[in-house]
Amino acid sequence: MSLSRRQFLRGAAGAVATTAASVADAAAPFAPRANKPLPPKAIGMLYDSTQCIGCKACVSACKDANGMPVEQPQALAGWNEGTWDTAEDLSGKTLNVIRVYQHGTMAQKDQEVNGYAFIKRHCLHCLDPSCVSVCPVSAMRKNPITGIVTHDPDACIGCRYCVLGCPFNVPHYQFDEALGQIAKCQFCQHLLKDNPLFSNPDPQVTPATDAKLLSEASQPGRIPACCDVCPTGASLFGWVEELQAEAERRLALKPGVVYDFPRGLLGGDRAPNTAPVGQYQPRVYGEKESGGTQVRYLTGVPPEKLGLPTLPDHSSAAVTEGVQHTLYKGLIAPLALLGGLVMLARRSVKQDDEAQPDQERPS
Amino acid sequence: MSAAVHQPLGGKVVTKPFLILGLFVLLAAYFIARRFLFGMGDVSNMNNGFPIGTWVVLDVVIGTAFGCGGFAMALLIYIFNRHTYHPLMRPALLGGVFGYTLGGLAVMIDLGRYWHAFHLLMPWYAQPNSVILEIGLCVMAYITVLWLEFWPAFLERMPLGFKQRFGLDKVQVLLKRYMYVLVALGVLLPTMHQSSLGTVLLILGHKLPPLWNTPWLPLLFLSSALAMGYGVVMLEATLVHRAFNTRSEVTLFARLSRVAAGLLIGFSLLRWADLLYRGHLDLAFAGDLNGNLFLLETGLFLAPVFILLSDRRWSQRWQFIGAVCILAAGSLYRLDAYLITLQPGNGWTYFPSAPELLITIGIVCLEIMLYLLFIKTLPVLHGGTAAAYGRPS
Repeated sequence: MSLSRRQFLRGAAGAVATTAASVADAAAPFAPRANKPLPPKAIGMLYDSTQCIGCKACVSACKDANGMPVEQPQALAGWNEGTWDTAEDLSGKTLNVIRVYQHGTMAQKDQEVNGYAFIKRHCLHCLDPSCVSVCPVSAMRKNPITGIVTHDPDACIGCRYCVLGCPFNVPHYQFDEALGQIAKCQFCQHLLKDNPLFSNPDPQVTPATDAKLLSEASQPGRIPACCDVCPTGASLFGWVEELQAEAERRLALKPGVVYDFPRGLLGGDRAPNTAPVGQYQPRVYGEKESGGTQVRYLTGVPPEKLGLPTLPDHSSAAVTEGVQHTLYKGLIAPLALLGGLVMLARRSVKQDDEAQPDQERPS
Repeated sequence: MSAAVHQPLGGKVVTKPFLILGLFVLLAAYFIARRFLFGMGDVSNMNNGFPIGTWVVLDVVIGTAFGCGGFAMALLIYIFNRHTYHPLMRPALLGGVFGYTLGGLAVMIDLGRYWHAFHLLMPWYAQPNSVILEIGLCVMAYITVLWLEFWPAFLERMPLGFKQRFGLDKVQVLLKRYMYVLVALGVLLPTMHQSSLGTVLLILGHKLPPLWNTPWLPLLFLSSALAMGYGVVMLEATLVHRAFNTRSEVTLFARLSRVAAGLLIGFSLLRWADLLYRGHLDLAFAGDLNGNLFLLETGLFLAPVFILLSDRRWSQRWQFIGAVCILAAGSLYRLDAYLITLQPGNGWTYFPSAPELLITIGIVCLEIMLYLLFIKTLPVLHGGTAAAYGRPS
């Protein structure tokens, strides 16, 4: 009995209907899913480009704290015998770098035309990280309490999907190593482990409730190295919500007004850097970009001129997961499709066998 | 409908073309050894703006699309019940076997921390939102299904006594009884991972230009992969016919052409309609590299439609040209989306190095060598009488 057109259409319609029903189940198919919220004890950084003097103490401290080797570009090999780190960009050996923007005569700092400015580049510890979403083996993880995005080279398979997916081009794979691994800033989590304020997951323990801990916590060697050594407070460490408030405070000030820029840990007891406020771009970069990040920027020059990409308010992870979940939610659609296919294939194969005898070789 | 008899092609295996292919394989093996000894930087130009290079894009993304012959024919023969195409099934399946198995080999060479590759199979490592995880598992399952589907070709060649001694005759019966499950999986799995190869690109966000970046990427990749499946079946069968004087399938292909043409029209309509809907139609005519590549892709996708829907489709030469166009179109589309139009910013550029390309070429040559070996020694091709195979090759 051959498969009639009617029977085929019935079987196919059943499979397609079930599949379509499971796909249409999503309220708005293909829409990005909702952005992820700020973790309860989200820690972060505020980098103020107008206060950065380009001394690169942070680059050196980062190398030191993380045991990374110096960068020796081939072009400078003649005089650089390994004592001078000349990092030009993030790499497999450089987790944090200072880059400079230059235009025209470079007469004035933090001026877009005929000026220059510094920018610190490293992992922004996104609220909705692309790297975490794409990693097949959970080597990239976001801490649910502090929000630090960490990398585990013992889980990593080296597929480099995180490198491809990061909107800021942060993770770098060590292509020049036979057993290369991914390198990226991990917020000096090994130092934060010893910091009583940040290692305590108890939500009741906050800066407001424990001033003694706060003082202890801001001692040298207990916060991320870059913020620890920054002489001007351009790199400032603290809770994201407080840092955001600090950034908005600065944006509200008139340029030229003298301000006490905190250094090290926001809320800690180090001497501030008293200096005039610069002319800021009227936004905090990282507040909304790609769903929000925990490292945020105040700049004098437009962020896109400094290499910070212009990004939508939703993360790419939300886009991909929106599509993926629409198609595969609960694996309903694939299983329904499989059911339909098995039915059709079975009828068809039976027919095929009836028409053609088996081939056999004599022994 | 006559009984389909599969027969080995016979003839010498070690021929001059075979040896030349072998030379490329040896060259690739040398560079692969360097890759493992000295790291990827020694043999490739991949960098952290372009972390994915020709090994993934040519051997895996395009290579598995070339391996979609089995998927395309199974869909037509067993799901849409067009048994007239049955003679094309096994050669298409073999193309799939090698396209996917060697795609898997390319992945193992490309993985930076390959000794952790088994983590993909361990549930406690799994991160279910990852498209790459889904592709990896799906492709591994599909390679298994393909080899199991192909296994009867081995079993048919074995003498009965040999099979009975090792219980393989029971395996043969089992495979036959549940072949329909394998066939169904062989249609489901490529549907999943070929569309997911499009979903992979969605994470790129602003790095992928609007002419390629669309939520319809999964469907576009799936439909073009299917079209490429039909293209590769037509291409491979025509080449084998010309080289080994086997039975011509011109009539069958004339019918197959209409299926392929339908897919190509659907693909092009979806792409342009989506572009119009998103308000980016002007980008296609901007006259810059991206715009021109987009127009070139469209041209390559539509050219076969004109060939394959006209009377030219009865001519073997035009069928061949049409098939080449389909494959070129699908390949260019994937190459553009994954590599050529990618804009990571910050001055990153990428062009593959010679060793990198030689590894890619070597893998493809290995595929061809194994394909030739298998069609000559195993019952794959739909045979006529043994007397038809005149010249040694």
